[in-house]
Amino acid sequence: MPQLIIEAGRTERQYWRDLWRYRELFYFLAWRDLLVRYKQTVVGVAWSLIRPLLTMLVLTIVFGKLGKMPSVGVPYPLLVFCGMLPWQFFANALSECGNSLVTNSNLISKVYFPRLVVPASSVITSFVDFIISAAFMIILMIWFQFVPPVNLVFLPLFVLLAFATSFGVGLWIAALMVEYRDFRFIVPFVVQFGLYLSPVGFVSDVVPERYRLLYSLNPIVGVIDGFRWCLLGGQNTLYWPGQIISAIAVIVLVFSGIWYFRRTERTFADVI
Amino acid sequence: MSSSIITVENLSKRYVIGHQRSKGDGLRHAIEDAVRNPLQWLRSCLPSSISHLPSTREEFWALNDVSFEVKPGEVLGIIGRNGAGKSTLLKILSRITEPTSGRITIDGRVASLLEVGTGFHPELTGRENIFLNGAILGMSRVEIKRKFDEIVAFSEVEKFLDTPVKRYSSGMYVRLAFAVAAHLEPEILIVDEVLAVGDAQFQKKCMGKMDEVAKKQGRTVLFVSHNMGAVANICTSGLLMEQGKKAFHGPISQTVDAYLTSSAGVTGERVWPDNSYAASKRIRLRSVRVVQSGEMKSTVSLDRPVSLEVTFDTLVPDLEISVHFHLIHPSAGVILSTANFPSATLGRDVWAGRLWHQGTFVSRCTLPANFLNEGTYFINVAIMLSARETEVFVGEALQFSTQDTGGMRREYTGHWIGVVRPKFDWETEKIASY
Repeated sequence: MPQLIIEAGRTERQYWRDLWRYRELFYFLAWRDLLVRYKQTVVGVAWSLIRPLLTMLVLTIVFGKLGKMPSVGVPYPLLVFCGMLPWQFFANALSECGNSLVTNSNLISKVYFPRLVVPASSVITSFVDFIISAAFMIILMIWFQFVPPVNLVFLPLFVLLAFATSFGVGLWIAALMVEYRDFRFIVPFVVQFGLYLSPVGFVSDVVPERYRLLYSLNPIVGVIDGFRWCLLGGQNTLYWPGQIISAIAVIVLVFSGIWYFRRTERTFADVI
Repeated sequence: MSSSIITVENLSKRYVIGHQRSKGDGLRHAIEDAVRNPLQWLRSCLPSSISHLPSTREEFWALNDVSFEVKPGEVLGIIGRNGAGKSTLLKILSRITEPTSGRITIDGRVASLLEVGTGFHPELTGRENIFLNGAILGMSRVEIKRKFDEIVAFSEVEKFLDTPVKRYSSGMYVRLAFAVAAHLEPEILIVDEVLAVGDAQFQKKCMGKMDEVAKKQGRTVLFVSHNMGAVANICTSGLLMEQGKKAFHGPISQTVDAYLTSSAGVTGERVWPDNSYAASKRIRLRSVRVVQSGEMKSTVSLDRPVSLEVTFDTLVPDLEISVHFHLIHPSAGVILSTANFPSATLGRDVWAGRLWHQGTFVSRCTLPANFLNEGTYFINVAIMLSARETEVFVGEALQFSTQDTGGMRREYTGHWIGVVRPKFDWETEKIASY
């Protein structure tokens, strides 16, 4: 029979075993959020396409037509949508993660389960939207009769990177939100500005060479560059120093995120 | 002892209320502190800082050095007044929050039910919620599928299984929620006050299920409730909590007794010394008493009348006062209310309906002999102005117990069920011969 010891500051050993035991909860919470999201809407799931589509149109017009940004030999809408794939995933995950603990506060104050399940499953929910958009990306490529390069085989690697970025930042925001509701106002700002600060509507080549390394500190830069390189190839080259910095930033984010989350988790029920 | 399934040793939980600057006070203070004094801020981030926080905070010990053991198969009732630490204890046992110090050793899987319907989503259908709620409570999908039909049958909501639960009546909602929880199969079940909801019939069913879990399946159950009747029926032993401390731990009947005698004055009188009743500017309460045969009593005999007395001063003239008592049975709730309105009394209270002078008054309500049952009762006292405005209200102002001194013990010596046991007219006629 499993023996459980409850003591101040002693949950670590049990924790990871519990996380495994509650693995189905990841699925159930994500499933619930998906089921609920489009209830009582008229167009339903189509919303997860309409939003990126309209954003793509606006960005194409602003940056491509009016701003005359370089399109590196790719139809501009494709360029933009390819950047928006990881960006939307990141932005959605950030907003959903941030609110996840607070909206599930009734669970947190009434039942035990490893709290890590909650933000993790909201990343999964956002990932489903990502899949839908990715399917649309394929349609878009067929429309423009664009053949992806062989680099495509590396795409899963960058999807993983996108996942890790979203999860890392999401954990920080979720844990901070429990105590500081200020983040409820900060997150929408970050998402709004991030869209223009990150290379979504343009390619990161337009950033002056000497700022390039600094620019790569934004972990999503490496992910977007990677997506373009895999899906569009051509003149989209990888800027290796930047890639490495982005990757390191992501690793730091994920591990520090887990550390901070675990540290604050034990008092969630008291603070929330 | 090794034979215990739960061992709690010196468990304490401290909450910090009020002004702990470095935490819970919003982002601004956290940043401010970090900027002003980076070193101290860094130190306060370390877990060891719990022991030396600045002294501006106020501490509140929700649990204070509690130790007890639970044996396998034991059904432990945890009782105590609001704020005694029962819920905190359950929260720590179910790992929702961590103790500040102390240690708990549990041998076995724990499922806790601190609220029915935790995690139910109003937009989802009954079917979907069964799965979701089951998963949240720690059941696997296979387990839920296996018990699905049983859960549905228990909940009696078959017809509405594919309706969103937001369209359910509250009774259906509770039934479904309890049904899921009742089909958990842990070694240890922790239940908090879930039976306070639902209609009487369903409550009975829930109690039956709890009883079955405890007695037939031999599981260990920890049960928190204010319903003394339920606790006394289901539990084998009891733990009485008072202000975060263990006040009594022993057989359930003794624990319930200890709770009843501790929770209100036992002298048959409650006195507010000079000017200490400050809730009203127009009326000052002096005392509430239980009187029998001219003497103040905490335990009264059933076969003689009992008077409830309230003494008070009127601080302003010309008030139109009515005096009210509620009689409360610990498990049945309020069993009656009475007032000295002319239309609500047998004789006429000479002051009823008049404008009261300034002075000291005593109002007395006499309950007839052979009316109450054996047990413990509480009294609420209220004084209203113009029959509309509650000027004075004291809930559970006084407790008294009743004892059968032999009047109804000649033929049947057992316990009479019910909250009252008046004597009535009985007659039997022979209406035919064979």
